[in-house]
Amino acid sequence: MSYSGGHILIGSQREGHVSQFPAWVMLVVPLASILFQVYVPLFFQFLSFLEMPLLVVVYFALMRRSQVGGLLVGALVGLAQDSLSKNPLGMLGIVNTLVGYFAASVGLRLDVDQPLIRLLLTFFFFLFHQLFYWLMVRALLGQQLAFEVQRTLVLGLLNAIVGISLYHFLDKLRKAT
Amino acid sequence: MESFLNRYRSITILLLVILAQLVLVAFQVKNDRDVRMIRVWTVTAVTPVARIVEALRGGSSGFVRNYLLLRDAHEENRRLQAELGHLKMDNIDLKNQLDMADRAKALAVFQSHTPSRTVAATVIGVGAGTNSKLVFVDRGSVSGVERGMAVVTPDGIVGKVIAAYPTASAVLLITDPDFAAGVISQKGQVHGTLKGQGTPTCRVDYVPFEEKVEPGEWFYTSGDDRIFPHGFPVGVVKVVRNAQPFKEILVDPSAMARGLEDVLILVAGVHQEIPDTPPVNQSVFIGTPPPAGAVKPPDNPGNAPPAAPAGTEADRLRTQYKDIGDAQGHKFGEGTPGSKPPDFNLKLPPASKPSVPPGGASHP
Repeated sequence: MSYSGGHILIGSQREGHVSQFPAWVMLVVPLASILFQVYVPLFFQFLSFLEMPLLVVVYFALMRRSQVGGLLVGALVGLAQDSLSKNPLGMLGIVNTLVGYFAASVGLRLDVDQPLIRLLLTFFFFLFHQLFYWLMVRALLGQQLAFEVQRTLVLGLLNAIVGISLYHFLDKLRKAT
Repeated sequence: MESFLNRYRSITILLLVILAQLVLVAFQVKNDRDVRMIRVWTVTAVTPVARIVEALRGGSSGFVRNYLLLRDAHEENRRLQAELGHLKMDNIDLKNQLDMADRAKALAVFQSHTPSRTVAATVIGVGAGTNSKLVFVDRGSVSGVERGMAVVTPDGIVGKVIAAYPTASAVLLITDPDFAAGVISQKGQVHGTLKGQGTPTCRVDYVPFEEKVEPGEWFYTSGDDRIFPHGFPVGVVKVVRNAQPFKEILVDPSAMARGLEDVLILVAGVHQEIPDTPPVNQSVFIGTPPPAGAVKPPDNPGNAPPAAPAGTEADRLRTQYKDIGDAQGHKFGEGTPGSKPPDFNLKLPPASKPSVPPGGASHP
């Protein structure tokens, strides 16, 4: 089976389209995602499963196809999340930095405009995010944090589905080329 | 180089960002012993290097010193061979003194004799900071060392462990301004608090001005602080000044007098009695006893000169006043108020027998 034949892998440099966003989008969208995670669950408890900052980091890293850009967006969003939580500064920063870097690395090779690819990548990076955070909490903080596999898989799927819708909305904010 | 950096630019930036955040995390997080992780990581990374450097330095300096000593010994041996007899005796005496000064040996002897359970450690570095009196020793939590444990030498207390890392520990010396310990004087059993000043001498605080403390008197640990067991020597009083409301007492720490190289960490301290005599740093030579019958008692004990009364000045006065009272038929303690006291200026005739105070010793 050839994935390139199905337009999953990027065949040439020309196919690797780099999306550009206005500056305000790069500022407002991450900020809004963090505010969403902080305030919305106060009123709608059932939405607390959404990792909006993570989805935003994955989206920008995938679409901009820049490893440095991806890791910087991940680091800034993660540090902002840390500063609003009881975590020591850097815990989510490190995780999101890695997510941003790897997402950008994947975005360089895959056609990330396809919804199925977006779904799978979001699901994968959610799992990576949860697993790496769990490892760091155990290794650096020495805390016995529980890791529920089934729950994490379900939440990953839900986040991936919401992520598809979110990405569709964010696609409209791209600069026209 | 430039092309290399360009090629691996992304991964380099990733590593730098991750490292920066790791440092950030380590700066905030403390381990279960309340020590910041950044300190744990830094000390764990640095102390093995410091230990290696110290081993290399000690080995090389020891080699040079031993080599030079061997040369000196060779030349000295020739000279000693020429001078023979008493110079050889001097040489043996010097060797004995050198052996006695051997710190490791003294430490081992102390370790075997003290009832407390100890861990021997070597000072491998000093703490940074201008006024900080901190040293690092080469034993850590792996060896059972914990924060708050006392650190001593045979000469006296050294300090306390303020942080125990896996392979090393930080010891706050008693001369540090942040150090404090409960102490008690040897003679008057006066309690006080020993505090460091950042100088070679320490201060004993909270001793009321009416208490009697004299220069030259020894202070020992009182055990009040729950860190140092009772009865470990602290130092000798150097200066005493009367002030209100507390005396100003400066103490010369005995453990610092000969430098710090090897120390003992009290893993399980045991309280000790304060000795009656000040601790001595050198052994006292005791000769062999004389052969039996070498000293003959005098043949005419009756013509022997009377033994002088022994005891203190108070004993002598007590005996004199008792004799005066006996001569006048006065019994001390039985006179009613207003009754005539005995004449204490009465001149007594020379006694036909030596007056010996009760309990006093006399020569045979």
